Amino acid sequence: MSTLLTVSRVSKAFGGLQALSDISLSVNTSEIFGLIGPNGAGKTTLFNALTGLYSTDSGEVLLHDKRLDNRPPHQVLKAGLARTFQNIRLFAEMTALENVLVGRHARTSSGVIGAVLRLPATRREEADSRERAHALLSRVGIAQHANRLAKNLPYGDQRRLEIARALATEPSLLALDEPAAGMNPAERSALRELLLQLQADGLTLLLIEHDVKLVMGLCTRLAVLDYGVKIAEGTPDVVSRDPKVIAAYLGDEAL
Amino acid sequence: MDIFLQQLINGLVLGSVYALVALGYTMVYGILELINFAHGEITMMGAMVALAVVGALALAAPGLPGGVILLAGLAVAIPVCMTLGLLIERVAYRPLRNAPRLAPLITAIGVSIILQNIAMLIWGKQYISFPPILPQGRHDILGATISDTQIAILLLAVLIMLTLILVVQKTRLGRAMRATAQSRQVASLMGVDVNRVIASTFVIGSALAAIAGVMVSAYYGLAHYYMGFLLGLKAFSAAVLGGIGNLAGAMLGGLLLGLIESFGAGYIGDLTGGFLGSHYQDVFAFFVLIAVLVFRPSGLLGVRVVERA
Amino acid sequence: MYGWLSVLDSSLLRSRWFSFGLLALGLALLPFLIDAGLGRSWVRLLDLALLYVMLALGLNIVVGYAGLLDLGYVAFYALGAYVYAWLASPHFGLHLPFWAILPLGAALAGMFGVLLGAPTLRLRGDYLAIVTLGFGEIIRIFMNNLNAPFNLTNGPQGINLIDPVRLGSTSLSQPLTVFGYTFSGVHLTYYLFLVLVMAVIFISMRLENSRIGRAWVAIREDEIAAAATGINTRNLKLLAFAMGATFGGLAGGLFASFQGFISPESFNLMESIMILCMIVLGGMGHIPGVIFGALLLTLLPEALRYTGEWQRSAFGQIYIDPADLRMLLFGVALVAVMLYRPAGLIPSARRRQEFADAKQ
Repeated sequence: MSTLLTVSRVSKAFGGLQALSDISLSVNTSEIFGLIGPNGAGKTTLFNALTGLYSTDSGEVLLHDKRLDNRPPHQVLKAGLARTFQNIRLFAEMTALENVLVGRHARTSSGVIGAVLRLPATRREEADSRERAHALLSRVGIAQHANRLAKNLPYGDQRRLEIARALATEPSLLALDEPAAGMNPAERSALRELLLQLQADGLTLLLIEHDVKLVMGLCTRLAVLDYGVKIAEGTPDVVSRDPKVIAAYLGDEAL
Repeated sequence: MDIFLQQLINGLVLGSVYALVALGYTMVYGILELINFAHGEITMMGAMVALAVVGALALAAPGLPGGVILLAGLAVAIPVCMTLGLLIERVAYRPLRNAPRLAPLITAIGVSIILQNIAMLIWGKQYISFPPILPQGRHDILGATISDTQIAILLLAVLIMLTLILVVQKTRLGRAMRATAQSRQVASLMGVDVNRVIASTFVIGSALAAIAGVMVSAYYGLAHYYMGFLLGLKAFSAAVLGGIGNLAGAMLGGLLLGLIESFGAGYIGDLTGGFLGSHYQDVFAFFVLIAVLVFRPSGLLGVRVVERA
Repeated sequence: MYGWLSVLDSSLLRSRWFSFGLLALGLALLPFLIDAGLGRSWVRLLDLALLYVMLALGLNIVVGYAGLLDLGYVAFYALGAYVYAWLASPHFGLHLPFWAILPLGAALAGMFGVLLGAPTLRLRGDYLAIVTLGFGEIIRIFMNNLNAPFNLTNGPQGINLIDPVRLGSTSLSQPLTVFGYTFSGVHLTYYLFLVLVMAVIFISMRLENSRIGRAWVAIREDEIAAAATGINTRNLKLLAFAMGATFGGLAGGLFASFQGFISPESFNLMESIMILCMIVLGGMGHIPGVIFGALLLTLLPEALRYTGEWQRSAFGQIYIDPADLRMLLFGVALVAVMLYRPAGLIPSARRRQEFADAKQ
C-alpha cells in the first residue's frame, strides 16, 4: 500500500471566513477514500484547493510526490488528478461523445498544423481518441447516448458522463463530488458497482458523499470535516462511532 | 504649480459629470450584470433635447432669464430620457434576462447605434451650439479661474449625489434596489417586485444621464450626435475604476478619472518631452480602464468575488 | 457538416465531383455575370465583400468558436493594412513584393493579438468586450496622431499610392488580356481574393472539427470545467485570438493593395461592430452563416442606395440619405436578431437549440 495523495496542513480563508484549517490527510493507492461532513464543512472547498481552482494560503498537496498546490487546474489534471463537480458541469451543447473527447485533450497533442493538414499522426490520434471515448461510454453504461446532446441526457446518465469524461484523462486519482446526489436507489446501486469496478481496475477514488449507507459500504477509510477542520479519520466503523462526528451531524443533544 | 490649481478645478468639474453618468452604469450593472452600452447615448439625447428646447425658447422669448430657459430645457430632457430608459429596458433588455451573456451585450450595442443614428437623423451631423444664455461670470482663486457654470455644475452634482445616497440608503425603494443587487431571486422571494425595481433603476440612471448631458453641453457650449459614445466609455471606465456595482465607487471613480484626464492633458507634453500632445487626452480613460481591469478588476472600492465551483 | 460546403472537405469527393465542378464553374464565371448584369462597380463591391468574408471568418474564430467578445477586431485589420502600406508605397520609399509583405503583415497582426490577449483574455465576457473596444480606439487615435515627431502613419491623411499586387509582370490594377479575353483589374483581384478566402474557409473548417476546435467550444461552454478537464484555457484563448488577428491582418494587407489608399477613418469602431454584426446576423460559429452575413451586410447597403433614387423619383427629393440609413438599420438588425433569432439567420442546429432553450 503506497501513498498516492498527501495533503499537509492545507488552509484557506475567504476574507474573514476560515474555510479550511490545517487539513491533513493521505490517500493510498487503490483505496476508496471518503470525505464527509455536514453542509458547509469545506469539502468542496478542499476539492477546489486540490484541483487548482482555489489557491491555498498554506500547506502542501502532493500527488506521486509531485507538488500540486497552487498549480493551474490543467496542470493538476495532467499530473493525474481528475474530478467531477457537485452540480454537474458538462459541456451542455456538445454530444456525450464530444464531452468525452474533450477529456482526451490533455493526453493528446495535435495542434493547428496537424488539424489543418490532417497529418497521419493527427488522424491516428483522432481515431484512437474516438475509440477510447466509445469504450469509456460503454464502460460507464451510456454507449446508447453517444450522439445525444449532453443536456438532453437523463440526470443519472449525466453524472455517468461526467465520470466518463474524467476517466478519459487517464487519472491516477479520481475525485468525485457527490456523485450520487439526486439518484434513486437503483442508480445508486449501479454507481456503487461502477466505482468498485474502477477500484478493481487500479484507480484510486476520493469521494465526497452525503449518502451515509453508500459511504459506509464503499469506502476503505473516511475523513470527517466540520467547519473547515478535520475532526476524525479512520475506517467507517471507527468514524461512525466517534462522538465528535455524531455531535457534528446531530448536535450535542444527540450524545 | 501655475497650472496645477486650474487643472484641479477643471478635473473636479469634469469628474462630477463623469460621476453622474457612471452612477447610471454602476446601478444597472449591480442589478443586471449588464453593461448598458446605450447609457452614453441617453446622456447625448438629454443634451440634444435640452438644447433643442433651450434654443427654441431663447429665440422665441429672448427676455427670459437664462436660468429659467435652462430649467425648461432640463424639465423636458429629464422625462424624455427617463422614458427612453424605460422603453429600452422593457423592449431590448428584459426579454433577454436569461439568454447567454453575449446576447444582451450585443443588443445594448444595437440600441446604442439606433439612438445615435436617430439623433443624427433628427438633428444632423453638425455641432449644435448652446445659445449665450448662461451667466458668464468668472472668479479668480489663487491664480486659477473658476466660472459660474463650473460652480453650478459642482454644486448640482454634489446635491444630486447626496440625494441619491439618501434614496438608496433610507427609502423603501433604495432598500429594494440594494436587495435586488445582492440577489435577484431572494429579493423576489421576499416580496420585492424585481421588474419594478429594475425599471426604477433605469429611470433614475437615465434622469442622472439627462442632467449630466445638459451639464456637459453647457460646459463645452456644444452638443453633437456622437458625443455620447466617448463620454459613455469614459464614464464606464470611471465606474470600473471605483468598483462596478458600488455607488460610492462610481462617484469616486468619476472624480478621479476627471482629475487624471485633466492633469494628464495638462502635463503630458512635459512628461513625454513633447512626443505626445494633449490630443491624446482621450486615451487616458482607456488606459485607466485597461490597467484597472488587468491589475485590480474589483476596482478601488469593490469587493473581490470568487467564483465557486 | 454543412451541406454543399462540406464538398471542400469530404472524403466522398468522388460522388460530389459534379456539384463541386458546378460550384467552381459558377464562382469562376461570377464576376463576368455581375459585370454584365450590374456593372463594373458591383464587381469591385464583390471583391470588397470577399474581404469582409475573410474578416468575418477571422472574427468567427474568436467570437463564434472560443466565445470571446472582441470589439476592437478592426485594430488587426488596420495593422495589416499599415504594414502593407509602409512596405509598398512611396511613404518610406519601399516597394517589396506582395508575397513577402502579406504574410509579414498577417504574422505581425497575429503577434499583436498575442500581446493584446496575454493580459486581457482572463477577463470576463463584458469586460473583455470593453477592453478590446478601448484598444481598438487607442490604435485608431495613435494612427491618427503619429505624424509627429516622426511621420509613421501620416496622420489623418493616411497613406496613398500603395502598390497594387503584382504577379510577375501582371499588376492587379491593370487589365490583362489572355487568349483574346480581357480580365479587368477587379476581375483579377476577385480570383486572388477568392482563392485566399477559400483557404481561410478550409482552415476554419479543419480547425472546427479538430481537437483544438473542441477545446474552444469547451471553453466557450464552461471555462472552469474545461480547465478542470485538462485544457490550458489561457493558451487556447490566445491561440483563437492570434488566429483571428492573423486573418484580420491578411485582410488588411489585401485591402491596402486593393484600395491603393488607407487612412485611420477606415478603421473605426463601427467597422468592428459591423463585422460582429455579420457574424451575429449570419449565424455565430457556423461557417455558412458567417459567409452569408458578410455578403449580406456588404452588398445590401449598396442596394439601399437605390432607395435614394426611389425617394427622388417618388418625392422629388431625398429625405433620408441612404448612407445614414445604413447604420440605423444595422442597429435595428442587431436588436431584432437578438430578440427573435438570436442564433442568427443561418444557425447551426445546435445554436438554435441553445438559444431556444434559454427562452423557456
